[in-house]
Amino acid sequence: MSASINILNGSSLVRPSELERIAENIGGIYGLPVRCVHAEFDLPKAFDSSRGQYNSTLLLSGLPGIGGTPGPVGPKQIGLVDVDLFIPVLTFVFGEAQLDGEAAVVSTHRLSNQYYGLPRSHELLLVRLEKELIHELGHTFGMYHCRQFECVMRSSTYVEEIDMKKAIPCSGCTARLLELLSRH
Amino acid sequence: MNTTNSILIVDDENLVRDSLSKWFREDGYEIGVAENAACALKQLQQRRWDVILLDIKMPGMDGMELQLRIREIDTDAAVIFITAHASVDTAVQALKSGAFDYITKPVDPDHLSHLVQNALKQKALSGENIKLREHITEFFKVDDFIGESPVMKKVFDLIGTVAPTDTTVMIRGESGTGKELIARAIHGNSRRKYFPIVTVNCGALPEGILESELFGHERGAFTGAQYQRKGKLELADGGTLFLDEVGNIDVKTQMDLLRVIETKQFSRVGGNQLINVDFRIICATNKNLEKAVSEGSFREDLYYRLNVFTILVPPLRERKSDIPAIADYFVRKCARAMGKEIHSISPDAMDLLISYDWPGNVRELENAIERAMVVGKTSSIHPEELPIHLKDRTRSPAGGSLAALENEYIRQVLEENKWNISRSADVLRIDRATLYNKIEKYGIPRPT
Repeated sequence: MSASINILNGSSLVRPSELERIAENIGGIYGLPVRCVHAEFDLPKAFDSSRGQYNSTLLLSGLPGIGGTPGPVGPKQIGLVDVDLFIPVLTFVFGEAQLDGEAAVVSTHRLSNQYYGLPRSHELLLVRLEKELIHELGHTFGMYHCRQFECVMRSSTYVEEIDMKKAIPCSGCTARLLELLSRH
Repeated sequence: MNTTNSILIVDDENLVRDSLSKWFREDGYEIGVAENAACALKQLQQRRWDVILLDIKMPGMDGMELQLRIREIDTDAAVIFITAHASVDTAVQALKSGAFDYITKPVDPDHLSHLVQNALKQKALSGENIKLREHITEFFKVDDFIGESPVMKKVFDLIGTVAPTDTTVMIRGESGTGKELIARAIHGNSRRKYFPIVTVNCGALPEGILESELFGHERGAFTGAQYQRKGKLELADGGTLFLDEVGNIDVKTQMDLLRVIETKQFSRVGGNQLINVDFRIICATNKNLEKAVSEGSFREDLYYRLNVFTILVPPLRERKSDIPAIADYFVRKCARAMGKEIHSISPDAMDLLISYDWPGNVRELENAIERAMVVGKTSSIHPEELPIHLKDRTRSPAGGSLAALENEYIRQVLEENKWNISRSADVLRIDRATLYNKIEKYGIPRPT
């Protein structure tokens, strides 16, 4: 199967046309065709009632085509949801990816200004989302976190850190990415 | 990200191990996992881990007990406890047992990343600190001094005796005998060795500058004092203050210095705030301080404060048996620095070195060897490569005193350097002010 990226859109906040625009930018970075597909996720299965959050690892394993029911398969699948994600030891995550694996998931939940009590900015949400999608996809290609301040592969644990970085990898990460992509 | 850093995750919950592994793997760390204490101990026996994330509550041996066992195997690993059940008692117990930190699940991702980074930084610093301390101890070994002669052995004994105390030491000896090296050896073998030794060359600085150099100054204390500046006394806090050429300090600064020595307090020039300092004083001089005291140019009370324990460094001509070993040492040192394949001194050249009286002492010997190494073409140093004056003056002039020798040597260096004072002072390894004093003392006429 030829290499490609599928964005499985389960978000009600992001319109398909907006996601198509983001997909185009992602395609430019990874040099691969990117497809946006509407998807339904088994959210109740990932819900943890004690935390009121969704286990991203469970969500990831249940992505269509990832060890579950066949869906719109492709070598890299990235799910997009609006719910608050966590992994068991951490209070929250913006997203999770299988390092050098098939899939990743990103949530819009903590990317919106309203979550922090700030005025709504849909445009800012889209910018943050694009960075996070590129970031998590990077992990699926085998990319590690980068220390360069503005690199998209820099680890972000606060939304402000997402705002500080650019939506592109630094020169070092670009070189590593090209090397990794050549193996795919 | 540094991929060489490694983390061992010890937790009985598979989900926790998986989540943490994933999280840190994305940061480029090398990850190991263990589901219980036995498994962790096995992994620890196989290799070293930089950080160990340790669950407190585990079936069988718990995290607390495991941490004690870990310390028996690896004292350097940074242990961070992770628990779902936070209690102050457990936290205190964990930290008392030597853990780096203690966190409760779920962890803020930012906190966890920073915690691990800080643990790694502290581990690296602590390793570096141990290495530096070892290096300092090696660096200051008295054994490194060259000299088997009875007079030098006596000097080494004195260094060994006085170093561990906090006594003020006065080192006396001619120029070039290695007074500063001795000061450093005393400092390096004292309890202050991990603090700085700060040298003040009292002969090199004019009156006002020396005061500001010693005491520092406040902003605006004088024209040009645009910023506050710490003085050498402050910089030497905890360590040693080495006052070289102490006999050249002007009378006003002598008084200020005496006050600091007595009270261990001073204020910066232009300031009122009293600053407390704790340092040991080692001073050196080649002047006759007793004469300076009787002439009134050196305060008697300061003289007694400084002259508590005296080490007299003999001139090289009084320990000629040490010359071959010292000369050989300089040959090796220069050969390394210049990358030259010269390894020895011919017997003729060595005879010449031994018979010369060395008014400039070890420093002059070093210069002579350095010169010979520069011009030398074979694997050993020959007489013709040594400075000409050695051959001319291998015997002291009839009835020549030490002062006469010094006079002659200074004249010669000045002539060789066309009366360039800076260059001549460099060759003689004295400061310009001392050279001017000596020119005046011996009445050496400047050629017109």
